[in-house]
Amino acid sequence: MDRRRFLEITSLMLAGGTSALASAREAQAESAPIRIGLLAPLTGVVAAGGKEIVNGFTMFWDSIGNQVGGRKVEIIVEDDASNPDTALQKARRLVEQGKVDMLFGNLLANTGLAVANYVKGNGEPYFIPVIAADTLTQGGRIPNVIRAGGYTASQFSRPLADWALKQGYKKVATVSQDYTFGHEQCGGFAQTFTEGGGEILLQLWHPLNTSDFSPYLGQLSSLGVDAIFAMETGADSARLIQQYTNFGLKGQIPLLGAQNATDQSVIRTMGAECEGIVTSAQFAEGADLPATQAFVKAYSAKFGKIPSLYAFSHYVGAMWVAKAIETIGGKVDDRKLFLETVLKTDLPNSPLGKPVHFDAYGNPVYDVFIRKVVKNADGKYWNVPVDTYPQVSQFWKYDPATYMKQPAYSRDFQGIKKR
Amino acid sequence: MSTPLVSALPPVDRAAPTKRVLVWLCIVLAALLALPLLLPGYQISIATQILIFSILAMSIDILAGFVGRTPLGHGAIFGVSTYVVIYWTASLGGSLWVGMGLGILAATLLAAVFALLAIRTSGVYFLLLTLALGMIVWGVCLRSTGITGGENGLRGIGRPGFLVDHVHFYYAILLVTVPVTWIIWRFVHSPFGLTMRGIRESESRMRSLGYNVPLHLFLAFVASGFVAGIAGALYAVFNDFVSPSTVQLSQSVSALLMAITGGVGTLFGAFVGATAIILLENVVSVFTARWPSVLGLTFVLIMIFAPEGIVGRARILLAKRRRRS
Amino acid sequence: MNQTLLQLLNGLTFAALLFIVASGFTLIFGLLRIVNLAHGALYLFGGLVGYTAATATGSYVLGILAAMAVVALLGLVIDAGLLRFVRGNELRQVLLTLGIAFILNDLVLVLWGGDTYTVPIPDMLRGAARFGHIFYPKYRLFVLALGVAIFGLLWLLLNRTRLGALIRAGVDDPEMVEAMGINIRRVFLGTFMLGAALAGLGGVVGGAFLTLYPSADAEILVFSLAVVIIGGRGSLAGAAVGALLVGLLNSFGQVWFPELSYFVIFGPMALILAFRPLGLFGRAT
Repeated sequence: MDRRRFLEITSLMLAGGTSALASAREAQAESAPIRIGLLAPLTGVVAAGGKEIVNGFTMFWDSIGNQVGGRKVEIIVEDDASNPDTALQKARRLVEQGKVDMLFGNLLANTGLAVANYVKGNGEPYFIPVIAADTLTQGGRIPNVIRAGGYTASQFSRPLADWALKQGYKKVATVSQDYTFGHEQCGGFAQTFTEGGGEILLQLWHPLNTSDFSPYLGQLSSLGVDAIFAMETGADSARLIQQYTNFGLKGQIPLLGAQNATDQSVIRTMGAECEGIVTSAQFAEGADLPATQAFVKAYSAKFGKIPSLYAFSHYVGAMWVAKAIETIGGKVDDRKLFLETVLKTDLPNSPLGKPVHFDAYGNPVYDVFIRKVVKNADGKYWNVPVDTYPQVSQFWKYDPATYMKQPAYSRDFQGIKKR
Repeated sequence: MSTPLVSALPPVDRAAPTKRVLVWLCIVLAALLALPLLLPGYQISIATQILIFSILAMSIDILAGFVGRTPLGHGAIFGVSTYVVIYWTASLGGSLWVGMGLGILAATLLAAVFALLAIRTSGVYFLLLTLALGMIVWGVCLRSTGITGGENGLRGIGRPGFLVDHVHFYYAILLVTVPVTWIIWRFVHSPFGLTMRGIRESESRMRSLGYNVPLHLFLAFVASGFVAGIAGALYAVFNDFVSPSTVQLSQSVSALLMAITGGVGTLFGAFVGATAIILLENVVSVFTARWPSVLGLTFVLIMIFAPEGIVGRARILLAKRRRRS
Repeated sequence: MNQTLLQLLNGLTFAALLFIVASGFTLIFGLLRIVNLAHGALYLFGGLVGYTAATATGSYVLGILAAMAVVALLGLVIDAGLLRFVRGNELRQVLLTLGIAFILNDLVLVLWGGDTYTVPIPDMLRGAARFGHIFYPKYRLFVLALGVAIFGLLWLLLNRTRLGALIRAGVDDPEMVEAMGINIRRVFLGTFMLGAALAGLGGVVGGAFLTLYPSADAEILVFSLAVVIIGGRGSLAGAAVGALLVGLLNSFGQVWFPELSYFVIFGPMALILAFRPLGLFGRAT
């Protein structure tokens, strides 16, 4: 095969291989389907969560017959491989070749930030029900990136800190994954806790995917703290909770956690060691609210497991955006109108069980549940609310402008108030 | 002890390409120049990506093909250049051109450090040592959150205005790729390159002939790092984003796979390999999420059936035919 | 004081697991000259087979046996079915096993879906043992004991049996063994399967306290590489010393230099590779 021949075949392959998407190049009449690109990690470290993103997202669109505002909805799923470089490449493909009207999804913060940086340049609407990086709806806000169904990292750990103070905890240590998401969740906790008179004795930062927590648990056990706040996700969380029990700390020192620590994706394969851990979130699968229970029941029946945060937030995100599309009669091609309408849309009756709306920065304001892990009637562990903080925004009780003047949370800046 | 991946291919040891090769090269170049007329925008960005990774694969070929040392840490050298460019432009607000120069410099220096540690080893030990060094770079990038942004990485400031358009950018990268390829070609066909190949075939013989083998290995590694740095700097402009996944092991693995698929020791094989792997990835991912399996299977099949790669295999077949006629 | 003792125990117990996994790796590397980059994938695969078997039967021991058997069979397929095509070329072998690792990991994702699993352990190993003021997980102490036991068994196998003598002779001089009329291929295949089975055992043992998840394979592989490179290929004592070094560096490194945790392990490994490429206990052939 000579080179010319090779090139011919190459271009043929390019054209043929992507023929699945080629149909997109037809003119976008109002009656043409609305095309939504969903980026989810179907391979790589967080593949299990990626599958639930697809499940939750498609379950919503199926429930309304894949039709909204008088137009059909077409969903194109791409695997971001839990890798920001791949995510970026797939986002380019969806936008430039697949001509999608909007992007949804991503799980890992780095994949979301990479895609957000890309859509900053071209104005493509991008909805991020899981990506929690504070900056995206604060200092580094991109107008076409909206956190439908999601939250900012530090948003929910503040009410938890307030609740901890109410329990009489005075001294707390934190253990957290060493990356921005962890710095932010811990920062929210540490700042509110110390401003309310509490004390943070020690903050431990460990690399993502720490297999052996014993060096950290060793340090935590002898501190004499009233509680430990753990910011963990996925497998790290499962290991921390397990090893916490094995080291005899469970029952001795109460364990508090950020939302992901006791998400269904973590605790559904666990036993009694996760019982009693207290976390905070906009959703509690064990909440005795009709909309929540109806959703949990339907999802469990369909997929054989209780929905995790990846599933419910994409369901809610889809529902939210669908309501906005309905309002403008399917005219998503008018991006300005579309994005403005999404921000103005309130969602009164989602699986969250409480009404939600956006703040002026594209981040939702939620009633936040303080949740405790208990065993349900089926013998499964789930999160039930023990307290509720109404209308918590990403800025807690601060003035947004003043708040955004403080440095971003990092390992070195945790907003800790010195006494 | 040092078994190169493939033993000597039929020789094409001419300092200047033959007429026949020149005609071919002109055809390929013409095709590359005409490509934007044939392909829509997104596919042009794939072609751009192929060019950038071809440069990276060529940098690996300098070591794997011409001195018989197979590295598994070039992703780190490549990615450090990307990091430096993005840090310089986005975090420090510096000029892109200076940043690219600094990125290439950083990659070259890193390669020099790698080389100092690695040139004493060969075979699998060389592979493992470069792997370990690459892991250290990855670990440092992952944990130095203050500078590298840790897991989240760094976001760039966007391409300069005249490079935003896919076609413009493609031509810009092509404008870099062609002279870089020509320089590498001259390099491996220079007297220095001949000595490199001598080392690949027999280190002891070269030593007894009075050649300074460690110095040649060192310089070959540094040259390879320089080229990988060019690729990394271009990738920074292409991707406008960098994170530890750019320096991680899988980057080194896929770059090595490109070099091998094309054929180590053939130089131009790098283009064929990069094209094959990137197209395969794009085509496969339309139909299935099982890309890792396909990648693994490609590795296995190539190792079993065609370790000399596509271009290497073609050259062997051509040589056979010529001998017969 | 208690703090140091606790970290010491942590390091030792982690080292025991590393030894179990790395001993299989070093046997294969030493005798067959194969750097098996699929070793981590075999660990993960074995761990998940063990998880499934242990959950289904309620028996931890059956889980271990199932994992070892299945992974030894996988070893058979890899060695007799694939590696035989690339005998004699170390680099082609390494890269082939890399390809196998990709395939196995993807298979794991298809079969088990990428959730995090913990191998269930017997009740008597649950909870913490108490020594004075400090609590320590019983299971980790069991892993330590198991690591020592495996070391003893492998030492006996290598030094007190005919097979062991053949393996040792094969490490030193395969041609000579062949010349003596012994079918060295069979010994090689047996060693590969034994090495693989040890990875499977490691998967179940480790999966009970470190959990099993996508990318667990790469992590344990990298640790095993460090152990074997520091210790020297084919050396049981080397694997033990390497495992202790890496285990303790990992445990104390995370406490003393949390910023440099990767460097603490790979720094020494890179230095040893650069200046003593054959490792502390390795011998040139």
